[in-house]
Amino acid sequence: MAHFSDAKPFSEQWLDERLAVKTLKRVLSQEYWIPKNINFLWAMGMILAVTFGLLLISGIFLLMYYKPDVNLAFDSVNYTIMQEVGYGWLFRHIHGVAASVVFLIIYIHMFTGIYYGSYKKGREMIWISGMLLFVTFSAEAFSGYMLPWGQMSYWAGMVITNLFSLGGLELNGLVEWIRGDYVPGDAFLSRFFMLHVLLMPLIIIGVIVLHFGTLRIPHVNNQEGEEIDFDVEAEKYLSGDTKNAKIIRFQWDFLAKDFMVMAFFLTFFFYLVFYHFDFAMDPVNFDPADGLKTPPHIYPEWYFLWSYEILRPFSKNIGLMAFGFAQVIFMLLPFLDRSPNAKPAHTRGLFKVWFWALLVDMIVLSIMGKVPPEGVFNTIGLVAALTFIGLWIALPFITMAEKKA
Amino acid sequence: MSNTNRRDFLGMSFAAVAAVGGVTALVGMKRAWDPLPSVKAAGTTVVDTSTAEANVMYTEKWRGKPVFILKKTKEMVAKASNNEKARDVIVNGEHFLVCIGLCTHLGCIPAYRPESENFLCACHGAEYDQSAINTKAPAPLPMPIPPFTVDGNKIILGKAGDTYNKMKEAGVLGSTPLDPKA
Amino acid sequence: MRELKILAIVIFFTLVTYWGVEPYAHSQMHKHVESDNFEYKDLKEVEKGDVAKGKDLVMSNCTACHAIKVANMPAPMDPVTSGSSYGVNPPDLSNMGAILDPKYLAAFIADPATASNVAHKFTPESGRSHPMPGYNWMPKEDIAAMVAYLQSIAPKEITPKEVYVSACGRCHAARYDGKVLGQKWTQIGQKPRFKYEKDSLAFDIKLLEYEDSLKKYMGKLPPDLSIIIRARDEHFLKTFIENPQTQLPGTAMPRVGLSEEGFEKVMQHLEDIGDPSKPTRDSLGVYFLIYMVIFTIFAVLWKKSVWRKLH
Repeated sequence: MAHFSDAKPFSEQWLDERLAVKTLKRVLSQEYWIPKNINFLWAMGMILAVTFGLLLISGIFLLMYYKPDVNLAFDSVNYTIMQEVGYGWLFRHIHGVAASVVFLIIYIHMFTGIYYGSYKKGREMIWISGMLLFVTFSAEAFSGYMLPWGQMSYWAGMVITNLFSLGGLELNGLVEWIRGDYVPGDAFLSRFFMLHVLLMPLIIIGVIVLHFGTLRIPHVNNQEGEEIDFDVEAEKYLSGDTKNAKIIRFQWDFLAKDFMVMAFFLTFFFYLVFYHFDFAMDPVNFDPADGLKTPPHIYPEWYFLWSYEILRPFSKNIGLMAFGFAQVIFMLLPFLDRSPNAKPAHTRGLFKVWFWALLVDMIVLSIMGKVPPEGVFNTIGLVAALTFIGLWIALPFITMAEKKA
Repeated sequence: MSNTNRRDFLGMSFAAVAAVGGVTALVGMKRAWDPLPSVKAAGTTVVDTSTAEANVMYTEKWRGKPVFILKKTKEMVAKASNNEKARDVIVNGEHFLVCIGLCTHLGCIPAYRPESENFLCACHGAEYDQSAINTKAPAPLPMPIPPFTVDGNKIILGKAGDTYNKMKEAGVLGSTPLDPKA
Repeated sequence: MRELKILAIVIFFTLVTYWGVEPYAHSQMHKHVESDNFEYKDLKEVEKGDVAKGKDLVMSNCTACHAIKVANMPAPMDPVTSGSSYGVNPPDLSNMGAILDPKYLAAFIADPATASNVAHKFTPESGRSHPMPGYNWMPKEDIAAMVAYLQSIAPKEITPKEVYVSACGRCHAARYDGKVLGQKWTQIGQKPRFKYEKDSLAFDIKLLEYEDSLKKYMGKLPPDLSIIIRARDEHFLKTFIENPQTQLPGTAMPRVGLSEEGFEKVMQHLEDIGDPSKPTRDSLGVYFLIYMVIFTIFAVLWKKSVWRKLH
C-alpha cells in the first residue's frame, strides 16, 4: 500500500505521492545526462520536434476549412484558405514549407547519426525507430500532397499507386483496391485524407515516443564516440565541478543550446515561408487536377527524388527490386556495419570514404531524379543508382576490415 | 550581477520574448477561426412583397433561419391591439408581420393557421397571435423581429433601418414579454 | 572553430542539392524563351489618323458586331447568341485604343487571323475562316483613322479588371474573381447573386451553352485563370501573352496585342485575384523576421550564460 501524507493538494509532494513526479523530473530532465562534447548537429532532434509541432498546429487550422472532395478540395485550399480565412495563407505557407524543410532536417539528422556511429553498440533501436519515423513521415508527406488535388497531386498519386502493380506481376486489382477506384478519384482522396489527418499522425506520435524511449538508456552519443561513465561524471557535476564534468543536464543545459539552434533555424524557416517557397509549393500543383491531361514533367517532392531515380534507369521489374532495396537497406545499417567501433567517420578509414560517397551519390541521384530522363542524364542516373547498390553491398566488407580502435 | 542571477534574468527575458511570439500566434489562430467574408456577405436577404397575398404566410430564409412574412387583412389590422400594431412592418401602406419563425420555447417552427389568424407550435402547444406575440404557454416571449429596412416594396432583412431602431427603443421587438391585449 | 566548419559543410551540400533540384533542373525542363518586350517588331508602324473620319468608318463597319459602351453603342446580340454565331463574343471596343498596341490594332483590323498568329487554324483546307472579316482592302489612312478614333474614345483611367475583361475575359473565366466564390467572372459576365436556385441554374445553363460554342471554336475550353499567377512564373506569362506560339506552338490562343501598360494591368489583376495576400505577406514577413532576430539574440545570450559554468 503506497504511503499518502497530509501534503497540500497539487503541491509537489502530493503529486509525487500519486504520480512520482519527482522521479520523472530527475530521470527525464534534471539528471538526464547528456555528453558535453556535442555540436549543433545534436540539436536536429529538437528542430524536428518543433517542425512537427508547426505542422500539427498549422494543420489543425487548415483542417477546419479543407474539403476532402474532388470537386471542392482545390478551391477549399486555394480560395477559402488562401484568400478568405484570416491568415489562412500564412498557415498554408507554414504547412507547405515545414513539410519540405522537415525532410532536410531529417536527412541532416540521419547522416549525423551515420557519421558518428550513433546506430551501434546499444543504439540499434534508436536507429531503427528513427528509420521508422522516416518511413512514416514519408507516408504522411505523400498523403498530404494528394490533398490540394492539383495536377501533381493527381499524377503523383497515379504513378506511385501504379508501382503496387509490382511490375511483371501485374497486380492491377491490388492497385484498384488501394485507390478504391480505377483511377485516383474521390475514394482515393478521402482515404488519403484519413491517413494524413488521423492514422499517420497517431502512428508518428507513437513512434516518436518509442524513439525517445530508445534513447534514454544508451544515452546520447558524443563527437568522439567516447564511452562515458555517466555515474562518475554525474558525481563530478553534482558536486559542483561542472567545468570538468564530461556531461551536462538535459534541462536546462542541453535545452539552452537546443533553443539557440532552433532560433537560428526558425529565422531561416520564416524567411522561406514569406519570401522563398516555390521549392515547397510547386507551381504545377496550382493547376487543378485533370485526369485527361498529363503535365509535361511529373516529379515527386525533392526528398523522394533519390529514391525515384533508383527506380528509373532499370527495366520495370529490376527497377522495382532496386526501389524496394533502397527503401529497406537503411534500416539494416546497424547489422551491415561489421566494425567494432562506434566512432566518428573521420577516424574509420574507408568508412569515411564510404560516408561521403553515399552522401554525394544521393545528391546526384536527387538531381537526376528531377531532370528530364534524356541523354547524358540517363547515363549519370544509371551510374549513380548502381553506385548506391554497390556501396551498400560493399559496406560489410569495408567495415569488417576495421580493427578495434 | 552574479552568474546565477544573470542566467536567470536572461532566461526570464528569453521566456518573455518567446511569450510575445506565442501570443502573436494565438492572435493569428483566433483570426483563422473568425467567420469568413462570404458568411458575413450572406447576412442580408431581400424580400419582394409586391406579390404577397393577405393572410397567407410566406417563409423566407435569413442567416439560415426561417423568417415569417405575413400580410395582414384590413380586418386583422382593425382589431389589432396597440402592442400588436406596434410590431407591424408597413410596406406601401400594407401591414406585415416580419418575425423569426422559431418558437421562443425550444426552437421548433410554429405553424400558421389562417382560419384563426394565429400560430400553433406542434412541439409543446405554444400559441402566438397575428403579431407573433405569445398567447399560450410554454412560449415565454414573442417571436423576435429581425433587423430590417423597408425599401420601396422590398424588405431587406439583416439591415437595421429607422423603423427597426424605433421599435427597439419602444421595446416591442420581442426580447421582453408583451401583453397581447394591451 | 569546428562547429563553423561543420555548419559550412551542411550549408554547402544543402545549396548544391537546392541548385541541382530547382534552378538547374527547371532550366533543363523549360528552354528559355526571349521576351519581345511588347515591341511587336514584326508589325508595321501606323501613321497618325483622322479621328472624325475614323469615327464614321468605325460606326459603319464595326458596330454591327461590336458594342462601344463609351460611344453609347449597345451590343447587337447577347453574349450567348454572339457566341453561337461567331464562336466567341466580339469584344466591346471602348478600351481597345488604350490597352492594345496601335501597330497591332492596325494589323489586326487589316488581317485578324495573321496579326493574332492563328492563321494556322484558318487554312483553306480547314474550311473555317476567322469570324471577323479583314479590312486590308481599305486604304492605309482609313485603318489609321479607325485606330485614331478608338484611341480618342478610350477612357483615361482603366482599372486592371477592366483590362482583363476587355482583353481576356470573353474566353477565360476567373471563378476567384468576385466578392464570394459564387459571384464569379464568367465569359458571359460577372455572375450576380441570385436569390432563387432556379435563376442561378438558368444562368449556369446559358454559360454552358456559351462555353460549348467556345470549345468548338477554340478546340478546347480556355482555362480558368483564377490562380494562374501561382501556376506559372512571370517570365512565362509575359512571353506567353506576348505571343502564345513561343511557349505553346500550335495553340489556338490568339496573340492579343496588349501594350506593355495593358499587360502590366492584366498582371496586376491576375495577382489581385490569384495572390491577394502578397502585399500583406511581403510586409508582415519583415516584422516576423525582425522578431526572429530579436528572439535569436535572446536565445544566444541565455545559452551563453548557461554554458559559462560548463566550459
